[in-house]
Amino acid sequence: MAERQQLLYLWLLNSAPDSNIAGLAFYDGTDGQGPQLPDKGDDPPYANGVEAIQDGWMLMQSPPPVAPTPDQLHNNAYLEYEFVFERRVQVHVTFADDTS
Amino acid sequence: MSATSTTGTTEPSPDAGAPDGADALAETASQTTVDHRLTTRQMAEFVAQGFLRFDALVPDDVNRRGLEQMAALEMGRFLPDGPHPPTTGTPISACYPAPSAIGDYLRLPAVAGIIDSLVGPEAIFDHDWTHHLKAGDLNGQHLHVDAIADSADPTFDVQLFWFPHEVKPGEGGTRFVPGSHLRRVRADGMARYQRVVGEKHYSGPAGTVLVFHHGLWHAGQPHAGDTDRWMHKIRLNPTVAQVKQWNCDDLVSMQNEPSDHVFATMADDTVAHIFRRWHPWHGVTDYRNDQMARARLWRYLSGDPTYDVDYYLTRLEGRSALKAPATSTPDPTISAPPASPAANDAAEGTDG
Repeated sequence: MAERQQLLYLWLLNSAPDSNIAGLAFYDGTDGQGPQLPDKGDDPPYANGVEAIQDGWMLMQSPPPVAPTPDQLHNNAYLEYEFVFERRVQVHVTFADDTS
Repeated sequence: MSATSTTGTTEPSPDAGAPDGADALAETASQTTVDHRLTTRQMAEFVAQGFLRFDALVPDDVNRRGLEQMAALEMGRFLPDGPHPPTTGTPISACYPAPSAIGDYLRLPAVAGIIDSLVGPEAIFDHDWTHHLKAGDLNGQHLHVDAIADSADPTFDVQLFWFPHEVKPGEGGTRFVPGSHLRRVRADGMARYQRVVGEKHYSGPAGTVLVFHHGLWHAGQPHAGDTDRWMHKIRLNPTVAQVKQWNCDDLVSMQNEPSDHVFATMADDTVAHIFRRWHPWHGVTDYRNDQMARARLWRYLSGDPTYDVDYYLTRLEGRSALKAPATSTPDPTISAPPASPAANDAAEGTDG
């Protein structure tokens, strides 16, 4: 057995973890062996960040409040409120020299 | 490009039911000129969403021949004697001369009307590409923007996506994010966004044309179908100011006053009403900033330097005028209303 990481990026509508999801990304270090995201069809797997925590995701990063520079006060760019979560999952791994 | 066409429809005469001797009058055929340019409502939708969609716009015959020409172009584009695309800078009217299905498509009155409305009657060819996804190709692109080196001024290019055959859901239809076109981003900075709430995955009938603002986020998608998917994408640049190039018959009735304000009083069925579209991935600040960006773009398009939606620009401009010159520091995010559309164009180029 070995430990592998799953990453979940949630971009929320504001700086509160319980605000709704604007976008998401899931990167799976278990290559499918670990649990997957809930399938809710056209809806996101979680309504907000707190639902992700309730499903076992551990928060690694929440967006720091950053005052916009004067020339960027009224500009939109990237999704601003990026929350990063992880899950660590035990998986079966076969090494090249593993004869067990 | 000609965005008008003449039809031979016979309109009923007021005398159609008259007795003997009136038949000739009753049979009078009138030649009706159709204006294929976009309406103000469609232009406002383009500003609010960053795209327009026209289902089954291209006739079957042009679609069928288009598939053949796309395949030939893909094979020969880089061969010395193969069919080549036009040279960058070629006027759109001179691109793909007859016989050419792609030329026939570009010169359809409805397509010419779209192009004329958005990038003016003297648009030039930037580049094109035949996007060919083989059946079962499950690779998908990261979300990206094609515009890599664009200025912050409100001028824009358009990209037309022509799907000459039906595309079913899951068969490689382009993914895109409505309302993403006015954001200041790098071409691949949004690559990690695997899913954005409210994004669309194109599917539709043969002959459908999508028209994108050059800044719209998009990506090619996996193709699980059993036949190859083809699409022709062309980018066009304006060469004249993109001011009132569409059919402006409905502009006066739809152009709202700068005082039109969702938290005070507002009129129905206006440009502002369309600009209040809230994309589900926009937070409050995103939404309000985007409304300001839409208003700036509409100032350019409509030639109205005072245009506004929900008072955001007007409020700031009013306060900006109060600052004492000797004690104030210029705020790069605010500019006073320029005196003319031309001055507005210049001001918008540096306005944050």
